[in-house]
Amino acid sequence: MIRLENLSKLYGSFVAVDDISLTVGRGELYGFLGPNGAGKTTTLRIIAGILRPSGGRVLIGEDDVHRNPLVAKQRLGFIPDRPFVYEKLTGAEFLRFVAGLYGQEGDGVERRIAELLEVFELTSWRDELVEAYSHGMRQKLIISSALVHRPACIVVDEPMVGLDPKAARLLKDIFRQFVARGGTVLMSTHTLEVAEAMCDRVAIMQHGKIVAEGTVEALRRQTAAGNVSLEELFLRLTGGPRARELAEVLGGNE
Amino acid sequence: MNQPSLGHVLQPKWRTALQRLREERARGPGRPIALALVGAVFWLAAYGVLYRILRYFRGVEELGPLLAGKLLGLVLLSFVSILVLSNVVTALSSFFLARDLDLLVSAPVDWLRLYLAKLGETLLHSSWMVALTAVPILTAYGVIYHGGWLFGPYAVLTVFPLLVLPAVLGTAITLVLVNIFPARRTRDLLSIIALGAAGGVVLLLRLVRPERLARPEGFRNLLDFITVLRTPTSPYLPSEWATQAIMGHLTGSLDPLPLALLWTTAAAFVTLGALLHRELFATGYTKAQEGAERFVRGEFWRRTLGLVLRPLPVAKREFVLKDIKLFFRDTTQWSQLILLAVLVVVYLFNIKALPLHRGEDVGFFYVTLVSFLNLGLAGFVLASIAARFIFPAVSLEGRHMWLLRSSPLDLRSLLWSKYWVGTLPLLVLALVLTTATNVLLEVRPFMMIVGLVTICALTLAIAALALGFGALYPQFETENAAQIPTSFGGLVFMMATITLLGAVIVALWQAVYQYVRAVYDRRVVVVGPDMIFWFVVAAAICAAATVLPLWVGLRRMERFEF
Repeated sequence: MIRLENLSKLYGSFVAVDDISLTVGRGELYGFLGPNGAGKTTTLRIIAGILRPSGGRVLIGEDDVHRNPLVAKQRLGFIPDRPFVYEKLTGAEFLRFVAGLYGQEGDGVERRIAELLEVFELTSWRDELVEAYSHGMRQKLIISSALVHRPACIVVDEPMVGLDPKAARLLKDIFRQFVARGGTVLMSTHTLEVAEAMCDRVAIMQHGKIVAEGTVEALRRQTAAGNVSLEELFLRLTGGPRARELAEVLGGNE
Repeated sequence: MNQPSLGHVLQPKWRTALQRLREERARGPGRPIALALVGAVFWLAAYGVLYRILRYFRGVEELGPLLAGKLLGLVLLSFVSILVLSNVVTALSSFFLARDLDLLVSAPVDWLRLYLAKLGETLLHSSWMVALTAVPILTAYGVIYHGGWLFGPYAVLTVFPLLVLPAVLGTAITLVLVNIFPARRTRDLLSIIALGAAGGVVLLLRLVRPERLARPEGFRNLLDFITVLRTPTSPYLPSEWATQAIMGHLTGSLDPLPLALLWTTAAAFVTLGALLHRELFATGYTKAQEGAERFVRGEFWRRTLGLVLRPLPVAKREFVLKDIKLFFRDTTQWSQLILLAVLVVVYLFNIKALPLHRGEDVGFFYVTLVSFLNLGLAGFVLASIAARFIFPAVSLEGRHMWLLRSSPLDLRSLLWSKYWVGTLPLLVLALVLTTATNVLLEVRPFMMIVGLVTICALTLAIAALALGFGALYPQFETENAAQIPTSFGGLVFMMATITLLGAVIVALWQAVYQYVRAVYDRRVVVVGPDMIFWFVVAAAICAAATVLPLWVGLRRMERFEF
């Protein structure tokens, strides 16, 4: 459903995304892991059609996001990591506006809005301006906005940031049900337990490249890591911080 | 414990300013040269006007210095009034809403350093424009009254405490207000009060017809004139002390008291302000963290404008509705309409005050000329409004581009919505202004039609230029819409619009001149091929100025990356 072909992105001479290719099929939840600055967000923003790639292409179904954007984006819901929402719209107005951007309106949309607000416990806030929402409530609203037009694929950057444990659990359930019904989710996350528990496959990115890809089990086999946790695997693959240096930094004020 | 120095607390600010300068330098000389050019033109114009007025005053026996002092007093008084208002608004941001406050308040920085750092920031942000405006004015005084080389430093010494006083006063007012109302409510309240007051001052200044001061013969007798001269002075106003200090130096009767009063009062104000800050800041800052507006009457727009826009595709309709809701729910945006209303009243008042209709033939010629040139002036007014309301439209979407670009919204639809949301109200205003001025001028039907058609074409072009240049020079990081038009892009837009107005007026004059000539020679006015040719040229210029900027803007928006 989502296919990246030799995707690359350059900022001047800096290579943010370096020739990556992957396919995420229907009914699959795919995790993007990697240290800060690895190129995960840039990749997701290219998939969402916000950034133009320097090379390669992104297909949603059979449609190129950058050559045939209007059709490709109809099937996509995007949840960014630092969302800005129109502060002077109410929650319900914002969702109605987003549905309108996807060409949807009418009673069906109103029912969907009510349903999503109910699920995310925002019903009592539906007519409040977004500027009065807490960070977590905004995050819930953004997630609702990515679901309001019933997309076939969801691209999500750090979905759990700012959510309370109950909402985080709800989101996990929503994603699992979404893929169980044939949807596709591509998400980046730093929460390795989430990736390990939820993702069918993961890719580990570093310096703009995919350095490892597959199921967590396959990655363990690839690196001959034995029965280590995903965190340990991640640190091995990305050359994680040395514990001694960390201890020195933390003990620096003693 | 060692406290960080005031310089250290302010370090991020001046380092940011330095970095901006470096970035400017890296962009090449075009921008600074253009800014310097516009600044020089403004300074020279202000200097020229003041120079002529003061030279005239200097020629008036005995009353001359009185008039010059009076004028300076009025100028400084209006400066102080503007500064108090602007400091109140700025202090709200710098003391209570700025993003660096969490860091500063949570760090072990003592209250006095925090106060002085933020007072300095407030003073700089709200006073730089007034200070720059004062330069050509005071230079004109120095030149006319032979102030000598000492006058420059002396003027700085006089003006500086005059800037400090409103800064402290404005900050103190804000501090008290925030302790009474939540900060965000206070901001809304202040923007209305500030703009209302500014509008009131402009209106008052115009309606009292200050030009009468320069024409004593217009008064019934000398007594009337002197009464007018004496009206608004008060020995307790700092602007009056500054006037006395400056005029004393210029007329050779130097008195150190006004200057001493200015400096000691400024020092006392800073001390009292700091004490007030110590008492009230902590509770005010806590209150500032709460209180966003909540309840909203969302159904109103859907049931009114939503129905009118029903024939539009849903994406366009929702986009237009969204833009209109955002405008009317943001007090800092809609409150600018107050100034706009004042501008229109002053504009019409100026036209009404013109001394026309004295002789039949001369009257006709001047009426036609004024009505024609009025198109340029009205165009300029429309350009200023477009700069404020349409130019920032693309920039203001910057933070939400993640949503717009990841949705299947066609950028053409976005641009279309932005264009018409901005253009339609502008068009209404343009037609009202032109019709009203032409009715006041009693122009003939030919000029009325030419005027109305031209202003419509100009409005479409000006709105397109504003949107196009707004997309070409976006300011995605600026949160305050009012700051966007003062950017380099805003300047380029105004220059482009002035060029457009010049070109259209030159082209149209060829046609209008034939009409004036015919009426003057008492011939029948024939709309011949020559006249039609020039009308077509003007129409072509307007059409090009409408289509090209929108096309360029669209191309630019397609290349935006976030």
